[in-house]
Amino acid sequence: MIAVTLSASTQAKLWYWQRISAMVLALCVLVHLGVMIYAVRGGLSAAEILGRTRGSLVFGAFYTVFVLACTVHVPIGFARVCEEWLGLKAGGAWLLAKLLGLAILVMGLRAVYGVVA
Amino acid sequence: MKRVNDFRARSHPSWWAFLVHRISGLLLGLFLPLHFWALGLSLKGEAELDGFLRYTDAPLFKFGEWGLVVLLSLHMMGGVRLLLIEFGPWSGQRKNWIAGAVGFGVAAGLAFALALFA
Repeated sequence: MIAVTLSASTQAKLWYWQRISAMVLALCVLVHLGVMIYAVRGGLSAAEILGRTRGSLVFGAFYTVFVLACTVHVPIGFARVCEEWLGLKAGGAWLLAKLLGLAILVMGLRAVYGVVA
Repeated sequence: MKRVNDFRARSHPSWWAFLVHRISGLLLGLFLPLHFWALGLSLKGEAELDGFLRYTDAPLFKFGEWGLVVLLSLHMMGGVRLLLIEFGPWSGQRKNWIAGAVGFGVAAGLAFALALFA
């Protein structure tokens, strides 16, 4: 059976995780903005990007943390939007949110591996 | 019973801040799988990634990138505002942070646009 609403304690935990991940993401995004502004000068090329990232433990670790924080953060907000704007019940909204979270986790870690390894 | 707000509840900076935060978050979240797919092309080799990156030279693509950078800046600053409201020692809606967020979004957008054409 699909849950209509989540319990108060589950909602409180989700709120907490949303905020903790937001704190991590705020720092990651600041760094990422700097990296992007630096990287796009003169156009993007695979050689330039991979030259910076291949074999870099720092890049790998940073972007792994970034992907994990997104995996926590995005589905919580996405489920809420599905409930409020699409009128879905909690069960349906969370099914979609978990699929998006899974895509972000798997594809994100794959992308990090792709550019670092 | 479903509550219905009239326009007064929405003609307010904090409501606009909420709307921008929600829409930017939604677009950024949905963009991530696409972003990761593109970067994942590097698994098939440098040439494969380059084949995709050639499209990023198109003006429409650059505009999209620029838009995403602005959305990311706005979402980050909007999120920090929420953290300050919820965890900070002050009360109130931190409207100065809304102005600051817009300013930061504009600044990041300009810096990125300059870098794009550098």
